[in-house]
Amino acid sequence: MAVSMKNQAAVAGIGTTKYTKNSGVSELALACEAVRNCCDDAGLDPAEVDGLVTYTMETSDEIEVARAVGLGDLTMWAKINYGGGAAVGLIQQAVMAVTSGAAKNVIVWRAMNGRSGQRMGQGVSGNIISSDLIHWSWYMAYGMLTPVSWVAMIANTYMHKYGVTREHLAEVAIAQRTFALNNPNAAGYGRPLTIEEYMAAKRITERLCIYDCCQETDGACALLITSTERARDLRQKPAVIRGVTQASTRGQEQMTSFYREELDSLPEMELAARRVYAMSGLGPKDIDAACLYDAFSTEIVMQLESFGFCERGEAKDFVADGNLRIDGRLPNNTHGGLLSEAYIHGVNNIAEGVRLIRGTSCNQPRRAEHVLVSSGVGVPTGAVIFGRD
Amino acid sequence: MPKPGRIKPPMGHDNAWWWEQAAQGVVAIQRCTQCQTLRHPPRPMCSECRSLEWDFVASSGKGTVTSYTTLYYPQFPGYEYPLNIVLVDLEEGTRVTSCLTGCTPEEVDFGMAVTAYIHEDEDGFKIPMFRPAAKGGI
Repeated sequence: MAVSMKNQAAVAGIGTTKYTKNSGVSELALACEAVRNCCDDAGLDPAEVDGLVTYTMETSDEIEVARAVGLGDLTMWAKINYGGGAAVGLIQQAVMAVTSGAAKNVIVWRAMNGRSGQRMGQGVSGNIISSDLIHWSWYMAYGMLTPVSWVAMIANTYMHKYGVTREHLAEVAIAQRTFALNNPNAAGYGRPLTIEEYMAAKRITERLCIYDCCQETDGACALLITSTERARDLRQKPAVIRGVTQASTRGQEQMTSFYREELDSLPEMELAARRVYAMSGLGPKDIDAACLYDAFSTEIVMQLESFGFCERGEAKDFVADGNLRIDGRLPNNTHGGLLSEAYIHGVNNIAEGVRLIRGTSCNQPRRAEHVLVSSGVGVPTGAVIFGRD
Repeated sequence: MPKPGRIKPPMGHDNAWWWEQAAQGVVAIQRCTQCQTLRHPPRPMCSECRSLEWDFVASSGKGTVTSYTTLYYPQFPGYEYPLNIVLVDLEEGTRVTSCLTGCTPEEVDFGMAVTAYIHEDEDGFKIPMFRPAAKGGI
């Protein structure tokens, strides 16, 4: 018999490192620091951690982290594929483990020297043949080496079809930068962004500029998932997981789903939306705040439609009306997001979703009963809805 | 030391044949021999009828731009910037990702008619690209 995951598990701990451009330490060191801080935040003895989940792109293996931190006996571990699309998948793995009894206290994390070490979009080449490398080669041979080059193709179609302008994208970037001004761990802290600076910014692709692109960051972020019941006995207010899912749809490629008939929407995000709303019994009207994945500003605009906050083509007006700001309909990425806090592959956006439920965001909106968080856009992805206990 | 060129595709069972055709001047489109469905990029199985049997047809090279972008930064060796990237809907019905040369970034547009040609790099590597239809192709 199928077991419902609704309300069974909660995020009970958040651990981060400092987010920098040059950590000066190994990615394993960053991972250990975040995991330790996560246990401290929750008030959980690290020896009680029995499950670990991270990214396939992570360079620190589960047992290396377990050994260095001194975790307990492990009964479940997993790595999730597809870059930032993995973020919510980590949560789903942990919830499945907690709900099924495979593990009791699962830590999920991502640690990366994303600026000083291996940067995104360096290209891959060589003699190794795999279906994944053949996939990338259809684009890299033509010079599409960077995430922004892949994203620009669908973004341009969407912007052209619905009349989205650079001013709309500027509002996304500036709203999030404004949030970052209150977040001492954000790259945008102390660095306000004006519309003039945005419009004059370096052009990266047609039609995205540097402020439409996320940070590159050295840092780590870890989360503890345990049963809702157990979470109530720990130190923090639980962020109860009302619904969680992964989502990939027909015609899916990693960042380059260019062969679907229509290129003006995000079918995988629409699947994620249907699933999390069905599981949670909630709808867009119940969501008070969000942390929508924002490697690029256009992804925010398109997701507002995927998750039903606007009709197709109307997200630009929703954005222009200031609805992503603190007093708007949907305060979004109140920590600054990937654009203005840090790029920890989306795990830092999930952490902010938890803070919003706890009531501890550096930009706490008036109401945050239910918070929606999504992971990577244009890749196999997922979504989660947190609620107050 | 030779000048670094474009990033070459790994040549595996599922894709090398397409590049071999390109080197001979053909823009190939994979075809399922069971249900005749065309597909691109190449894959080992037909997702319509699940057949593993396939051959290919030569595209006329005629198509229209269904989306595009222009890349300005970062700039990698082996490519010329600004670099126009296009999604072309070929008249046979499949879509291909490629470069558009022979026009400025300002001239690229949705729905623009384009024609394929085979570009040859300095190191001899051959790769299908497109140019505005008015300027002629393969």
